[in-house]
Amino acid sequence: MLGGLYAIFAAGLSLIFGVMKIVSLAYGAFAVMAAFLALHFTEATGWSPALSLLVVVPLMAAFGWALQRFVLQRTLGGSALPSILVTFGIAIIIENVLLVTESADQKRMSLGWIDTAALELGAIRLGVYPLGLFIFSLLLFGILALVIAKTQFGRAVRAISEDAPTVELLGIRPKTIYAWAGAIALALAAIGGVASGVQTSFSPTSGGMLLIFAFEAVIIGGIGSLWGTFLGALVLGVAQTVGANFFPSQGILIGHIVFLIFLAFMPQGLSGRVKR
Amino acid sequence: MTLVVNDLSAGYGQLTALRNISFSVEAGEILAIIGANGAGKSTLLKTIAGQLRALTGSVVLDGVDVTSLSASARARRGILMVPEGRRLFPSLTVKENLQLGMSTGRKGDWNLDTVCELFPLVAERLNRVAGQMSGGEQQATAIARALVGNPEVIMLDEISLGLAPAIVVEFYDRLGDITKRGTTVLLVEQDVKRALSVADQVHCLLEGQTSLAGRNLDFADIAVAYFGTGQR
Repeated sequence: MLGGLYAIFAAGLSLIFGVMKIVSLAYGAFAVMAAFLALHFTEATGWSPALSLLVVVPLMAAFGWALQRFVLQRTLGGSALPSILVTFGIAIIIENVLLVTESADQKRMSLGWIDTAALELGAIRLGVYPLGLFIFSLLLFGILALVIAKTQFGRAVRAISEDAPTVELLGIRPKTIYAWAGAIALALAAIGGVASGVQTSFSPTSGGMLLIFAFEAVIIGGIGSLWGTFLGALVLGVAQTVGANFFPSQGILIGHIVFLIFLAFMPQGLSGRVKR
Repeated sequence: MTLVVNDLSAGYGQLTALRNISFSVEAGEILAIIGANGAGKSTLLKTIAGQLRALTGSVVLDGVDVTSLSASARARRGILMVPEGRRLFPSLTVKENLQLGMSTGRKGDWNLDTVCELFPLVAERLNRVAGQMSGGEQQATAIARALVGNPEVIMLDEISLGLAPAIVVEFYDRLGDITKRGTTVLLVEQDVKRALSVADQVHCLLEGQTSLAGRNLDFADIAVAYFGTGQR
């Protein structure tokens, strides 16, 4: 069930990489930033973290749009290095600003009774929150897949990832597509960040771990495939949970090992599409 | 509608591949750009399309200087190129490729139905994935994708390359349907005789420079200009 969370989070990363060929190292930091925004919002208004999404997600999406349009757009070009360096720098900036303003304490958000509620299904117990999150992630992926498959924006996104110069010849402004993809990606990062802030605790420095999980999910699933990313996130989530059952406190390590096994023996990922 | 190219030069890095090209084409005319390999034909089209920056000179469409505009802005003004090698989006269906072609937002006679009428080859394959089609089908789709954008000027870069002669003849038969709607055609072609058979004007390039240009040219003169013989 943990996979649902990773899936939401990894989808944005997959989108940025697929469309703009940017490896965004700041992605984890953005999620943590969104979690802190949600935390302050819930503390100020007393609303539930779920409702805070209504504010935090548009805010982060707008931030993502502007960031892509005015900062990351300038790093695009022949080499992947500038965007990696810039996003790495952004991650450090966000992390340190959060450390100064929020302190290094572990924070948590609560949904009230849902946090601990569980469904008894025979031998297994399913947490209501993870289950709800899983269904929510399925829904998000369904919408995202529909947008990518059926809208002009989605067609442009797929076309750009195959041949950006030719897309421009057709009268499409790649910058606009990139900016909206950046907005969607940070909206997903925000949802993932808030959801993980409810699931576990978070601190200004927890972005790095989230980022690694997202990368692992994308690679296990196969780069360039949306549903592959979803599957990859599930595999990672299951590996961590099952691993933790056998080796308590080593769940994350088991997840990494499963990822490494995939990288060694199935580098094209579950969806099997290799993009060069 | 006129397309005026004035003193246009362009190149790649240090290399200047195109020097001081000038011509003007009226609405509905076909200009054939011929020349040997490496003469700068494709470079000329890319520079007009805005994929390549002009080093000198200007491209003027309908009295508006578009030289400083990006390729996508030029496309929205009606300068569309069918690139060499077709450059379809291979994982998208034919229909999706055509739908993307409509992104210019231009109004006109061309839409999904009319291009399907023009190219029955495309009509039968609308739901096929573009990458799995034959060269002729792909070329037809590439031309259709530019047409649905309702171009003022359509630039065709070596549409006959690697295709069966029968299909090429069919493409050339269709050119009349395109020009009669007032669309100007710039045609880059290796097959000089075929190009001459449809062209109103000819522009011959040699090593990046104009070696001969005009209407109703004598074939012997063209041969000299094409190969650069007799001048040295």
